[in-house]
Amino acid sequence: MATELERFRDEVREWLELNCPASMRTPMVDSEIPWGGRNAKFPNPDTKLWLDRMIEKGWTVPTWPEQYGGAGLSIEQAQVLEQEMEKINARTPLFSMGIFMLGPVLLELGTEEQKQRFLPDIARGKRRWCQGYSEPGAGSDLASLSTKAELRGDHYLINGSKIWNSEADQSDWIFCLVRTDFDAPKHKGISFLLFDLDSPGVDRQPIKLISGSSVFCQTFFDDVKVPAENLVGEENAGWSIAKRLLQYERQNVGKHLNKSFDIKLWDLAKKYSSSADGQIEPDLRSRIARQAIQDGALGLLIERLEREADNPNAGSMSSVMKVAMADINLQRGELAIEAMGAAGLGWQGDEFPEEALGEVRVWLRGKANSIEGGTSEVNLNIIAKRILGLPDPQH
Amino acid sequence: MNLDRESQQIFQDSARDWVLNSAPISHFRHQRDSQPYVSGRELWQEQVELGWPGIMVPEELGGSGLGMQELSLVIEQMGRSLTASPLLSTGLIAVSALSLCEQTDFSRSRLTSIASGELTVALATEEGNHHAPHCVSATARQHEGQWLLNGRKIRVADANSADAFLVSAKIEASDQLGVFLLPAEGVSVTPLAIFDSREHGNISFDAIAVPEQALLVARDSSTSLLDQILDRARIGLAVEMLGSANAAFEMTLDYLKIREQFGQLIGSFQALQHRAAKMYIELELARSVVDAALLAVDEGSTEIPLLASQAKALVGDTLNHITNETIQLHGGIGMTDEHDAGLFIKRARVTEYLYGSSAFHRDRYARLRGF
Repeated sequence: MATELERFRDEVREWLELNCPASMRTPMVDSEIPWGGRNAKFPNPDTKLWLDRMIEKGWTVPTWPEQYGGAGLSIEQAQVLEQEMEKINARTPLFSMGIFMLGPVLLELGTEEQKQRFLPDIARGKRRWCQGYSEPGAGSDLASLSTKAELRGDHYLINGSKIWNSEADQSDWIFCLVRTDFDAPKHKGISFLLFDLDSPGVDRQPIKLISGSSVFCQTFFDDVKVPAENLVGEENAGWSIAKRLLQYERQNVGKHLNKSFDIKLWDLAKKYSSSADGQIEPDLRSRIARQAIQDGALGLLIERLEREADNPNAGSMSSVMKVAMADINLQRGELAIEAMGAAGLGWQGDEFPEEALGEVRVWLRGKANSIEGGTSEVNLNIIAKRILGLPDPQH
Repeated sequence: MNLDRESQQIFQDSARDWVLNSAPISHFRHQRDSQPYVSGRELWQEQVELGWPGIMVPEELGGSGLGMQELSLVIEQMGRSLTASPLLSTGLIAVSALSLCEQTDFSRSRLTSIASGELTVALATEEGNHHAPHCVSATARQHEGQWLLNGRKIRVADANSADAFLVSAKIEASDQLGVFLLPAEGVSVTPLAIFDSREHGNISFDAIAVPEQALLVARDSSTSLLDQILDRARIGLAVEMLGSANAAFEMTLDYLKIREQFGQLIGSFQALQHRAAKMYIELELARSVVDAALLAVDEGSTEIPLLASQAKALVGDTLNHITNETIQLHGGIGMTDEHDAGLFIKRARVTEYLYGSSAFHRDRYARLRGF
């Protein structure tokens, strides 16, 4: 068994060596992130080449079945692929909410027709998805959402508004929670719909954040017509699908952010130190060490949970990862700014190194980590209730 | 060699059964109340019969030839139950030392004696208040084909009943530190009353002669044998600490589910639920590092020093936090001597200190990462 896996590792290594372009073995730059979709842009042609080659192998979604665009790899094989890509610093070929949020849910709960219709396009980056969950009046209390969907013969008519839709202005389709029954208890009147954001009646407005960028939108729906076959699962049974998707989101937010930084804090602290030999205050050094130890532990926790897929708490463990990730990442942001001293105070301009300006924006953007995908407080509630079995509050 | 997951589970179950039946916390409490200190030797024979001292000893020397992952299954259960035992010092630390060194008749015969239960060993490396394993005043001098050892070591765990000591000493006429196996005969031991109620003692040795082969020489000379031994001690102790932390946490969680105030279970209060959930997250992170460290030891990875410091620092912080919360969330009852919360926090602080505190290991981790 082990030798079979090692043979696979050799194959992977050889293939990557031949097929991963040199410029795809450098750290990702924001302008080159491959999000796919109708309007995909590839300022670096290697990005397209790399994506096409990985699609060909089914390695954009390595564990998905082949008929949906994957390679049908086992979890162990997928980990080997990931490890070998890390070794050569290969970039992730495709960034996509379809891959890590919608896809797994459709694989579990979609009809065969829906799988064939949507999954291959996700695997190939043909359609860019965004999430339609929160509303201005439904944040942590997500199940109180009120965007309305009325069945009118062969289609639903959507009215309402969603907020915090990541990159909705750049996306093609939305997976959206809507209320189909206003009389039922709040968890029992929710449905899960998929639709095209170019449909008439959709209006997308970017929201400017404290980091100065606009990664989220508010989206308005005014009599938007959605074909009835775009309903996932049963009508009014969307809440359990919504929660399942959140578990995937939390797992992957944790995993993704954990891998994107590594040892940069040490480097920053040395580089921006005021002493010639890179010394910094012992207290700051100790806090950086503490954060690094926790960050390393999070990486090991993520690997462990992947190995323990049979853990009876596997679903709720995504909340553990999410809270830990947010906490550790928020610490990182604060420490990065502190480590850079005056250089870490810049907002814009040539007087500041580009890297420091980038860190400032990352620090501010990072403040959302303990809010998006379920606040840390909501996730602590889930851990207390689902894993620890603590009783519900009485009123 | 390591067992598959199913066999490990069986191993763990038998360790848990033994601990529950022969060494529950009530047993430790009873011994504490009836003796000056709790000796690990009292239940040792039963552990010998179960084959635990020899888990990591090669089969041809009378052991089971298994890894640290298997031994840790037993040590974790003992940590849960605050069992006093020389198993960590002897079965893990001394067996590691005697296996990591160049094999001689001397080392092989000592491993055989450990596996058969005839020899217990205590690790004696400390000379000052804070863990500083490379600041050593004890000396070793060569004399007529023997080593003459002189020195003093403080706060040695399991010292009072140990049959032998692993001591660090500066080799005269060189700047090398050596690790020697010193028989207890002739060593003077002063028992200490430490608040975890375990066996600890200061030891001194004055011109004690040991054979040439009593100097253990690292097989892998890329790092010092002393550091290799200490890293295994740190990881093994982290396993015990993780067991204690989990048990204290579960005890607290149980209390949140039965204690009523304001007409409801206090575990229904969100402020307390969040504190419990945060402890759980810390435990999961700590376990992940400990597992990785154990695997690194069994695979002989180069990451052992880094993971040892990461594990000891993280588990130390976690145990510190949980033992404090255990008292606070129990309220007044947690302050009483009759409750186990006190036994956990007292043992916790001693283990946090042993083989380097969290502060020591954060600093070491940073240095190992080149910072």
